[in-house]
Amino acid sequence: MSDLNTLTIADARDKLRAGDITSVDLTKDCLEQIEAAGVLGAFVHNTPDLALQQAEAADQRQKSGDAPAMCGIPLGIKDLYCTKGVPTQAASRILEGFRPEYESTVTANLFAAGSVMLGKLNMDEFAMGSSNETSVYGNAVNPWRRGNDDAALTPGGSSGGSAAAVSADLCLAATGTDTGGSIRQPAAFTGTTGIKPTYGRCSRWGIVAFASSLDQAGPITKSVRDAAIMLEAMCGHDPKDSTSADLPVPDFEAMLSGDIKGKIIGIPAEYRMDGMPDEIEKLWSQGTEMLKDAGAVIRDISLPHFKYALPAYYVIAPAEASSNLARYDGVRYGHRAGLEAGDGITEMYEKTRAEGFGAEVQRRVMIGTYVLSAGFYDAYYNRARKVRSLIKRDFEDVFAAGVDAILTPATPSAAFGLGEMTDADPVQMFLNDVFTVTVNLAGLPGISVPTGLDRQGLPLGLQLIGRPWEEGDLLNCAYALEQAAGFVAKPGKWW
Amino acid sequence: MSITTDTAARVAKLARIRVDDDALPALAEDFNKILGFIDQLAEVDIEGVEPMVSVTPMRLKRRADEVTDGNQQEKVLSNAPDAREGFFAVPKVVE
Repeated sequence: MSDLNTLTIADARDKLRAGDITSVDLTKDCLEQIEAAGVLGAFVHNTPDLALQQAEAADQRQKSGDAPAMCGIPLGIKDLYCTKGVPTQAASRILEGFRPEYESTVTANLFAAGSVMLGKLNMDEFAMGSSNETSVYGNAVNPWRRGNDDAALTPGGSSGGSAAAVSADLCLAATGTDTGGSIRQPAAFTGTTGIKPTYGRCSRWGIVAFASSLDQAGPITKSVRDAAIMLEAMCGHDPKDSTSADLPVPDFEAMLSGDIKGKIIGIPAEYRMDGMPDEIEKLWSQGTEMLKDAGAVIRDISLPHFKYALPAYYVIAPAEASSNLARYDGVRYGHRAGLEAGDGITEMYEKTRAEGFGAEVQRRVMIGTYVLSAGFYDAYYNRARKVRSLIKRDFEDVFAAGVDAILTPATPSAAFGLGEMTDADPVQMFLNDVFTVTVNLAGLPGISVPTGLDRQGLPLGLQLIGRPWEEGDLLNCAYALEQAAGFVAKPGKWW
Repeated sequence: MSITTDTAARVAKLARIRVDDDALPALAEDFNKILGFIDQLAEVDIEGVEPMVSVTPMRLKRRADEVTDGNQQEKVLSNAPDAREGFFAVPKVVE
């Protein structure tokens, strides 16, 4: 059997359990594809030896009859996750050469379930970006192209490598992280499924921090069922993360009945933005019809503070980043700048951080420093936190009125060309997250489901937003949408 | 409000990031664009609203105040750019 790399997690699990395939063969097929896909820039540190070792162990465990669903499944891991003994750089020069002495809780959970790590995946530096163009490793490239045009497109960001790798079948699924849309936007740009769970579902321990009150881990997969299976393996309470929720993790896959009769789906008026491309608008109406046909009740709702989510995010996230990234000082790990005679410790900090951080990271750290500085703390930071309370209250009101889930577009456009936004001002790039960022501010679960193609043949996604801690219900709504949309397109292989 | 090159230089200093003088005007311009965008927040009526401190209304867990970890000097130092005799080494701090 060949092309095992194209399997979903669910199919591979069933075949592994039935003894039809081995994890070693599955892993070898993926490694071969990764080898041939260098031009996609998705994998940045390959770990073939570790992968084969883990695959052999998984095959042994499979024989013992005690193998969880993720046992033997080959995955790509975003470079933001600390992986013991394996380079972990957050796609930054400042963490050059860093090999963690410990394993992040989420990857440890996946490994405990028997998963196989193929290598580390490209991303925007410190997860700051929406196009994977701020990475020290260079761009990740979207496997999808506009018809016969060979212009390279972005896979989105910050989990661009994860989305590109899953979309190109280099791995069965990948981990991502999402601070403002970094799982859902790349998933939408690549025809894959991406879920950000409720804040606190996945432990943040051992994941390089960007904005701690917003960061959440989640999977990027080939189907909603796979998202359910993999998310369950990633979740769980962790005493090492004080914000990790001590709640039981349900069997998400068992909740995928596809039955959404009577569920109330909210359509927020404010998301209908001026200048929204008609294709996005059309996709959104089609998605609404699909859920309605599946028996859901459609209700118009209002989230009045929607408009202020991005500005609030661009105060809170940089503020937290400036604080979190203070640790990169050239003392304990990573890069230290070469010093001249007479340079003291301040010069060491300043030169190290100037050399180690890319332009986008420097800009955000400095914006964060500014909004937290004396005299501006109340005007910017405290005001943004109050607006955040209002954004969260908007959602609470809607859910209290009986809405089960909210349907919105995932992104304001399809994937754009690499380099196309280079000359745009920074705010233009921020707009990529306009539909996703509210979810992070309110701590809610959100999922992006591929729902259609635009007229150039590029994938488009819709986002479903759920009630806190009800990922199972949300996944079931997403499953119903997936079934109705019947999205099966794959990118033509040019790499 | 407009950010001057002086303010940009001050912020860079506070953030401990060296920025060359000739790069300051462009940086100040970027700050102005971003802060101009952020300034929309001034329109929102926040009277009587509490700032959000936690996304979930959960109490942080407490644990017993006891040693659970330690004795890992070698591991702690293993990634240091300059470690000597069991310490992190840095340029001279005190004259």
